[in-house]
Amino acid sequence: MFKGKIQEALICFAHPRVTLKYPFEPLEPPEGFRGRIAVEVERCIGCGGCANVCPSRLIRFYDEGDRTRMEFILDRCTYCGRCADVCPENAVTMTKEFETATDDLRDLYIVQELYMGTCNRCGRCFETENWIDKIPTRRHREGARFLGPATPHTEPIQEVRR
Amino acid sequence: MLARLSRKAFPKALWVYHANAGACNGCDIEVINVLTPYYDAERFGIKLVGSPRHADVILVTGAVTRQVAPALRRLLEATPDPKLVFAIGSCACGGDMWFDTYNIWGGANKVIPVNYYVPGCPPRPEAILYAVAVALGLAPKKVAKKEQSDFPRFEEPVSKFVRSS
Repeated sequence: MFKGKIQEALICFAHPRVTLKYPFEPLEPPEGFRGRIAVEVERCIGCGGCANVCPSRLIRFYDEGDRTRMEFILDRCTYCGRCADVCPENAVTMTKEFETATDDLRDLYIVQELYMGTCNRCGRCFETENWIDKIPTRRHREGARFLGPATPHTEPIQEVRR
Repeated sequence: MLARLSRKAFPKALWVYHANAGACNGCDIEVINVLTPYYDAERFGIKLVGSPRHADVILVTGAVTRQVAPALRRLLEATPDPKLVFAIGSCACGGDMWFDTYNIWGGANKVIPVNYYVPGCPPRPEAILYAVAVALGLAPKKVAKKEQSDFPRFEEPVSKFVRSS
């Protein structure tokens, strides 16, 4: 019996302590961990695929003239990674950032604005081939007040309002 | 500022009451996991207690259902001041994918005031431990609101904007 106790003590001495020193030392999560999402605004084309598949409906799109405003309200994000799977340009990626504890929910928001072309007929935003095509046309500049025919975007532009 | 205030208000051990407000048990398992020797939140003096009258901190897990909301309000009244409320998991932070369901109020902050939010579904035990460290003033807050824009800046070269095809 006593021998067994000595053996137990030896085992306890041989093993180092298992407790993580985590808050005082950085810690890398394992491979394949899905953390907070990150959006690269340079790659994003504003297609809205991520908003379509998000189960929490936390991605919101607003078409506002020459810009698309996207809001990622990540307080209710499930970290399922569907937005990263569906993104055709790989603009949405899952980072390994897990230290997202905060005292203000607005810290979890991602708000981004994309410069887009505007449809002359319906006014919705779309991504154009060339950047120069995004410069607003007469129809867009004057908004709903302009009732004439929709103009081609090659019309010379008198003034560019930004 | 809240971290400094909470360090002053809670100089000694924090006693924690764990309130399940309609969680799926995932966050509860992670909360218990934090108290195990591997993560060991008890080295900061954190201890689970059985009654809200003994507690300094209330952990709320789960999107708050209609049935449990009055109980949660009474639970907060029973807790002595000063108190902190932690919302653990995406459900308690914003309601997760049930945020607009008819029988769910959509997050703990719709029912009671919440001091700290720990999003995640479920959050890693390290994330809960990090929230404890932020509340105790041991670690800085790392997230901030991101505002990014695609709008052209005039110092950039023209070749960036014209795609050659």
